[in-house]
Formats: sequence, structure tokens, C-alpha cells
Amino acid sequence: MSVSAFDGEKVKSIATRMRIDIIEMLAEAKSGHPGGSLSAADIVATLYFGGVLKYDPSDLCDKMRDRFVLSKGHAAPVQYAALAEAGIIERKELLGLRKLGHMLQGHPDASKTPGVEVSTGSLGQGISVSCGMALGLKIDGGSQRVFCLTGDGELDEGQVWEAAMFAAHEKLDNLTVIVDNNGLQIDGLCCDVMSLGDIGAKFSAFGFDVLEVDGHDCFALHEAFTTPPCKDKPRVIIAHTHKGKGVSFMEDKASWHGTAPSLEQAKSACDELCAPKGSDA
Amino acid sequence: MGKATRAAYGETLVELVEEGLNIVVVEADLSGSTTTAKLGAAYPERLVNVGIAEQNMTCVAAGLSATGRIAFTGSFAVFGAGRAYEQIRNTVCYNNFDVKIAPTHSGVTVGPDGGSHQMLEDIALMRVLPNMRVLVPADYVSAKAAIRLAAKTPGPFYVRLGRVGVPDVYEEGFELELGRAYILREGTDVTLAACGIEVAKALEAAEMLQKQGISAEVLDMVSVKPLDVDTLVESVLKTGRIVTCEEHSVLGGLGSAVSEVLSEVAPTPTRRIGVADRFGTSGTPDELIEYFGLGADAIVEAALELFRL
Repeated sequence: MSVSAFDGEKVKSIATRMRIDIIEMLAEAKSGHPGGSLSAADIVATLYFGGVLKYDPSDLCDKMRDRFVLSKGHAAPVQYAALAEAGIIERKELLGLRKLGHMLQGHPDASKTPGVEVSTGSLGQGISVSCGMALGLKIDGGSQRVFCLTGDGELDEGQVWEAAMFAAHEKLDNLTVIVDNNGLQIDGLCCDVMSLGDIGAKFSAFGFDVLEVDGHDCFALHEAFTTPPCKDKPRVIIAHTHKGKGVSFMEDKASWHGTAPSLEQAKSACDELCAPKGSDA
Repeated sequence: MGKATRAAYGETLVELVEEGLNIVVVEADLSGSTTTAKLGAAYPERLVNVGIAEQNMTCVAAGLSATGRIAFTGSFAVFGAGRAYEQIRNTVCYNNFDVKIAPTHSGVTVGPDGGSHQMLEDIALMRVLPNMRVLVPADYVSAKAAIRLAAKTPGPFYVRLGRVGVPDVYEEGFELELGRAYILREGTDVTLAACGIEVAKALEAAEMLQKQGISAEVLDMVSVKPLDVDTLVESVLKTGRIVTCEEHSVLGGLGSAVSEVLSEVAPTPTRRIGVADRFGTSGTPDELIEYFGLGADAIVEAALELFRL
């Protein structure tokens, strides 16, 4: 899909549907991580439905596919919502989230869920795996890209910086790391728990091409995702987001990192998400 | 003295590449010591060096395997297995990626570098991981066979290699079968079940016992996981006594694996030769083998104890 063919309004409405799915599946599961799933909804929707990620829903093993790795595995619901939207998994599976015998595990399990490339959940490992994939694809001479979504709190893990060093050293210009920069981690504000400093400057110092965008602006995200790679440089896109985005009582609250909404709260959240634009103006 | 098991590593990888296997090794700045530099010298694109970063090494190997390669990792056992343990668990084994962890420098025979570098807990760590298979070769020839077997069998493997030369046990051309123990010497009075460099010590002990009129059966338990339960049980039903021998903590390794099985299916008076619950220390490999009670005389003493019960 060319940039001009990008239908941002369509992607935005898909992102909203995904948010509703996230709320509903978490309420049904009675556990899970709404904050970081909602903050990443526009990013994931733009990747999957903005013509960015090249994949064939009917051939998930296609060697020419781009790879998406959800390093912040606790945000699994956002990927599950996208997989349902893409028709890769059946929508009814969403209500089996976190339940015994169902395919949607609390954190992504590639052996159980079609469309999941790598089982993740232990933070900091997804970027390294993505580096290995990007290197393999590059050696094979393919044009496939690897997109890896990480959280900002996840950047506390030292392995992230081992991987950043490696990605630059190996000139992995087919690798894009997306930081869901919502500013919160479990124990509170990232800047209070562990100061990250200037994330862009850090990645830049490691040799990354750095882009910063509003992580809730699908048009800006699309532009960043489709900006041609800088030759020989891996890219990081720092997407500024709000944890719990779209549900006012969850927004920017660390307490909604890993707490599922009650059925009542879920109804209120979905009502808000369904409300026509500008209704609060 | 024969070659070290680590000497088999780089060499075998080169052979496997020449046989057409899509192999890549990911190293963490120790390719000279681990011998994987041999692969890098012959096929530079097959050696990826991540620097001193074992966690990244392990997951990069996983990512490379996701693009269709058979990925090996390098490093020393304390780092490759220890420091990267959770990466091995959650990325390699949980995903069942085609990654082979084959660190060198395991056990006390690392020698003068001391306790920080003498990995004595790796068999324990590795054998409890789902999807992981654990091979502990006794000599250079069986190390080659173990590396070949790991390369040709899909999924995660741990192949435990050592730094120093060890006596040759097997003849060139030996091929290893997964899940099989090898009866190196038949006997009727006591079973000596060993792995790694302790196999040669067990053979030595069997000779010493013979002089005392005791017939020892020696099993090479190279496949610690899966364990060859049939051969083990058949042997102890015949001998009625068993001594396990390993260059590893006495907790959690081969001795534990054997005891777990036998306690359920064929309870047998047992002695476990291994390093008591403690860290290593500096010394020469030979000194350390004696110091930690891993020598043939210690095995003989343990066997004799079983006759005094």
C-alpha cells in the first residue's frame, strides 16, 4: 500500500474496535493488562491495517512476510484483537483469553496462537530475537522487515542495550523498534522508578536512526513506519502514548497496568469508546 | 591424554557446514577459547559475535533459528548456561527454537580461574527445562558425535563441553543415539554410572575394583536427558548397587536424575560422586579432581561402602 492510499480514518476506527475488544476480553478474563494494551492500540492497528506489515492471513508461514514481535508481551490483548480483526483467529477466541485450554495465553505463546511469531512475556528479550531475525533475513537477501514493539519501562532491562549495540553493529536497517512510550511502569512513573533519561539520545548514541511521533496519531505513525530506512542503521520510533488511552478513568494511571476492569467498568469504558467523536466537546 | 571435548566444537561445526547444514554460531567474545573461531575462519558469515553479552547471544541465536538456521551458542558454561538461563528458558525452550547451547569450560577442570568460572550447576539447570535435551560427552570423539546429534535433531539441546584434555574413551567414527546409555564394561557387582570426564574415572575405578575381586559395570550416561531408564534399570537389577559419577554439584545433576528414576522403579543402594554443595576453587585440573573427591579412588571407596551396608 502506498502512502497516498493510506486510509487513516479506517485505521482509527479499527483501533477503536480493538480497544473495545481489549476491554471486553479483559473483563471476561478477570485479569490482564489493559493500560499497556490500550496505549499500543493505534500503533498495532497502523502496523496491521495501515498496509505497513506485509503478511498474508491465509499463509502465516510465507517466507516473505514481515515479522512483528511483541516484546512487551503483557500487552498480548492488543495483538489478539488485531489477529481477530485480521481474520487470523476467530473472534470468539477473544473471550477465552487467559482461560484453561484456550489458545490465547496471558502472554503470547507462538505454539498456541496462529500469527504470533515468538512467545514473549519476559521483558527485554524480544528485541534480541528481532535482531536475530533481522540478521537472518538480511543475510538471506530478503526485503522483509522486522518490527518489534517494546515498552518504555522495558528499557530498564540491560539486555535491551546489548541488543541495541548489536543491531547497530550489524547495520540492521530492516529492523524497527517501536517504543510505546507511555511513561508508566508497574510501580509508577518511569521517571520515578528508574530514570530513562533521553531515550532518543540513548538509541541515537548506539547508532540508531531515531524518529519521534505521537503514538495515537495513525497518520503520523504511518508516516514513520513507511519512511524509507536509513542505509545501514536500525530504526527506533519513539511513540509518545498514554497508558490506558481511550478510557478516561484508566488514562495515565499506573494502577491500570495489570488490573482488569469489572463488568460495570468495562461497560462504562466501552460506552466511552463507542461515543461519537466530538460528543464530549 | 586425548583432546578436550571443546576441541570438537569448532571443528565439527565446520564439518557440518561442509555437509550442507544451515548452521550459524553466535559467540560472546570467547570464540578462541570455545574453538568456534575455527568456523569463523573457514566461513566468516557463519560466526556472529555479539560481544560480551550472553543474554543477547542466546536470543539472537533464537531469532536466527526463526529464519531457518540451526543456531549454536558459544561462551563458557557459567555464562552461556548460567547468566542466560532465563533467556534459555523463556525464549529458546518455551518457543522450542532450534538452538543448541554448547558451552565449554564446565566443571572444576576449568582449573586456576577458580570458583567463579567453574560451572557445577548447569546440568541441574538444564535438565529441568521442558523441550531441552542434555548431552554430557565423555571425550573428544563422543563430543563430536554429540554436536552432530544436536545439529541434526530439531529443538533445543545442551551439550556440555570441557576445557582440558581428557582420556579417549571412544574410537573415531562413534555415533551417538539420543536417550541411550552405553555399556562400556560389563559387570555383576556394582554399576558405575558416569557422564563427562567422569566416565574415564569410572573405567579406571572399575579396573581397581577388579583387583579387589569386584566386578563393576560401567555405563556412560551421556544422554542425561532423556535418560536411558531401561539400560539403567537392567544394570542395577543385575548388580544391586550403583555409584553415579559426575563433575558437577552432587545436587541436581546425573546423580539426582538417576536417583529420581530408580527410587520409583527399582530402589537401589546408591552413592553419588560429585562436588558437595559448594563452589569451586583455584588449582590445576588434576589437583581439583582429587580435592573434590572426583577421582577413581573416591569412586572405588564409594563402591566399597555399598558393600558394607
